[in-house]
Amino acid sequence: MTEPLPGPDFVQLLDPAGNRVQHPDFSYSGTDADLAADLRDMILARRIDTEATALQRKGELGLWAPLLGQEASQIGSARALRDPDLIVPSYREHGVAWCAGVDPVDLLTTFRGTGMTEWPSRPANFHFYSFVIGAQTLHAVGMAMAQQRDGVVGNPEPADNGATIVYFGDGATSQGDVNEAFIFAASFAAPVVFFCQNNQYAISEPMVLQSKIPLYRRAAGFGFPGIRVDGNDVIAVRAVTAWAMERARRGEGPVLIEAYTYRMGAHTTSDDPTKYRQSAEEDSWRAKDPIERLKTYLTRVGAVDAAWLDAVAAESDALAERMRTGCLALPERGLETFFDQAYADTPELLLRQRDEHLAYEASFEESR
Amino acid sequence: MTTMTMAKALNAGLRKALAAEPKALLAGEDIGKLGGVFRVTEGLQAEFGRDRVIDSPLAESGILGTAVGLALRGYRPVVEIQFDGFVYPAFDQIISQVSRLRFRSGGTASVPIVVRIPYGGSIGAIEHHSESPEAYFAHTPGLKVVSPASPVDAYWMIQQAVAADDPIIFFEPKRRYHDKGEVDLDQQSAELSLFSARVVKPGTHATLLTYGPMVRTCLEAAMLAAEEGRDLEVVDLRSLSPLDDAVILESVRRTGRAIVVHEAVGTLGLGAEIAARIQQNCFYELDAPVLRVTGYDLPYPPSKVEDAYLPDLDRVLDAVDRSLSW
Ligand SMILES: Cc1ncc(C[n+]2csc(CCOP(=O)(O)OP(=O)(O)O)c2C)c(N)n1
Ligand SMILES: [Mg+2]
Repeated sequence: MTEPLPGPDFVQLLDPAGNRVQHPDFSYSGTDADLAADLRDMILARRIDTEATALQRKGELGLWAPLLGQEASQIGSARALRDPDLIVPSYREHGVAWCAGVDPVDLLTTFRGTGMTEWPSRPANFHFYSFVIGAQTLHAVGMAMAQQRDGVVGNPEPADNGATIVYFGDGATSQGDVNEAFIFAASFAAPVVFFCQNNQYAISEPMVLQSKIPLYRRAAGFGFPGIRVDGNDVIAVRAVTAWAMERARRGEGPVLIEAYTYRMGAHTTSDDPTKYRQSAEEDSWRAKDPIERLKTYLTRVGAVDAAWLDAVAAESDALAERMRTGCLALPERGLETFFDQAYADTPELLLRQRDEHLAYEASFEESR
Repeated sequence: MTTMTMAKALNAGLRKALAAEPKALLAGEDIGKLGGVFRVTEGLQAEFGRDRVIDSPLAESGILGTAVGLALRGYRPVVEIQFDGFVYPAFDQIISQVSRLRFRSGGTASVPIVVRIPYGGSIGAIEHHSESPEAYFAHTPGLKVVSPASPVDAYWMIQQAVAADDPIIFFEPKRRYHDKGEVDLDQQSAELSLFSARVVKPGTHATLLTYGPMVRTCLEAAMLAAEEGRDLEVVDLRSLSPLDDAVILESVRRTGRAIVVHEAVGTLGLGAEIAARIQQNCFYELDAPVLRVTGYDLPYPPSKVEDAYLPDLDRVLDAVDRSLSW
C-alpha cells in the first residue's frame, strides 16, 4: 500500500515540517498554550517509555511494550476525552494511561510481575490493560451499551453526555472479536469510538497482511463512518477524536478512527525488528517524529522556548527517577495473597490450598 | 549425533516433514519472515516458499478454520499458536470442528491438522504466556494430545504428528526450548510410536508420572532422592491422549507408589485421570494413594510468584516423602 497523502481522506493539521495546514472538514480551536501542554505530555510519555525500556534492559521488568512513535496518537486522543467518558486501552497505551491519571510506577507492576493489573492509581473510567488481541473491543461496546442505559448519551446538555473509546492495533482488526464489536456497535448505535493505532506492524507482520484496503474504509462495510488521521500529528488526532466522541455522546453511534502512525521501536523488549524491516523505513518515519514537529511549530510561533523545554526536560528526569525508585519499591506479595483474588466467594478448596502452601513454606523455615 | 536445542530440533523435524510430505504446510502468526517468536520455524519460509510456510493474519479462529478446509482438501496443515493463552479464540474450531469432522462424516473425512502450542510457565512473562491448557484438549474426544520433553523426542514426535491422520495438539514446553540434547539426524525412523510413554529413569521405590516441562524437574528430583537412597522411577508420558496405560500401570504395579506431576491446575487435570486409572487397575498393588503435584487452582499468577505456584524439585520431593511414609 502506498503512503497516504494529506487530503480529505487523511486528516493532517500539522505537517512533518511543523507547519499548520488546513483541512476541509477539521480544524483545531484550541490555543498554542493548549498545544504546549500536549507537547509536555508527549515528552513525558516518551520518557516514561524509555525509562521502562531501560528498566527492562536492567532486568527489573520482565517485558515492556514501547509506545515510541505513537505519542501523538495517544496524547491527542486522550486529551479529547472528559468525564463521563470511558477509556478501554490495549497494552501499549502508556500515554493514554498518563493522561487518565495512572501513576507510571503502577504500570510497572504488571510488567515487573509483582501483580496483575491492580494499579492503586487507576481511575474507574480507565479499564485494565488487556493482552488478548482484540477482546477489549467487545467489552468497550458493552460499556457503551451500559452508557446508553445509564442515560449518559444524547441528553440535551452536552456536558452530561459520555461515550467510550477503545484502543487496538492494526493487527487486531483481523480478529473475529473486533469485527463482532463493529457489528454490535453498529447494530445498537453504541456510543463507542474505535481508535485503531495503525503502527504498520503486528509484531513482524506488515499491515498489508491484515488488510488490502485502508483500515478506516472497513467501517463503511459495517455501516458507520471511518476516518484516517495522521497519527503523528497531535493536533489532527485531537480534532478528529473530539469530533468522533462528541458524535457518539450525542447518540449518533460509532466511528472508526485509523491513526496512521509508526511503531518506532521494537514490538516489545523481546522483539528484534531487524529481522523483518529495513532501517531505511525506520529513518523515513523518524523524519515524521510526532514530538519534533510539534516542538518545531511551537518554537517557531514562540509558544515554547529553550527555558520551557529545559523545564520539561527536568520534569521528565524527575519522573524517570521516580519510576526507577518506584519500580524497585513495588511491594512484592507472596503467593498466599492471591488465593482469594479469583472468586467473589472463594471456595474452601482454594483456602485449603493456600493453607497447604503456607504450611509447606513454613516447613523450610523450620528446617533452616 | 548432533547436539541441539529443542527449538532447533523442532525446526529440523519440521524441515524433514515438509521435505517428506509435499502436502504438509505451516501457518501461524509471525512464523514466516520472523521464524516465529521462538524461532522454531526459522528459515523454513525461505526454504519452502510462502505457499507452504504462511504468515497468517492475526486471527486464531481463522488459522484453525482455514486449516480445516485445507485438510479436507488433502493438505496437512501444521499451525502454530503463538502462546498457550492465545489458543482460546481458536477453541471453537478445534472442539466443534477439528475434533469431530471424522465422526460427523461417518469416519470418511480426515483432518490431519497439527496444532503446535508453546506452553507452560517459568519464563517471567505477563498474563496469557505461561498457561497449561492441555486438559481441555485431552478431555475432547477426537483429538490426540502429545508433548515432547527432550530435543530428540521433539525431533521425532513432530514428524510423527505430521504423518498421523488424526488431529494432534502438540504442546511444546517453552521453558525447555533452549535445553540441549543429542539428536541423530541420520537415523531413519523413531524408536517409539508417537503415543508411547517412556521410562526415562528406572527405579523401584515410587513412580513419578509426568510430561513436558516437568520431566526434567522430576529427573532432577530423582537424582537428589537417590542421594538419600531413594530409587525413583520417572515416566515421561509423552502422549496425554491417548494415555499409554500399559507403561503407566506396569510401572506403578512394580513400585506400588505413584505421584503425578504437572504445571497445569490440579482440578480435573491429567493427574486426576491418571489417578483414577491407577486405582481402578492396581488397587491391590498400591502402597500409598496416588498423589498429585500441580499448579494451584488459580489463574496463572504474576511472574514474581510463579516459582511458588509451579511444582518444583522441593514440592516433588515433599510428595515423595509423603508417599513413602504412608
Ligand atoms: C489472541 C492473541 N493472539 C496473539 C497474541 C500475540 N500478540 C501479541 S501482540 C501481537 C501483535 C498485535 O499487533 P497490533 O494489533 O497491530 O498491535 P500493536 O502490538 O502493533 O500495538 C500478537 C500477535 C495475542 N496477544 N493475542
Ligand atoms: Mg500494530
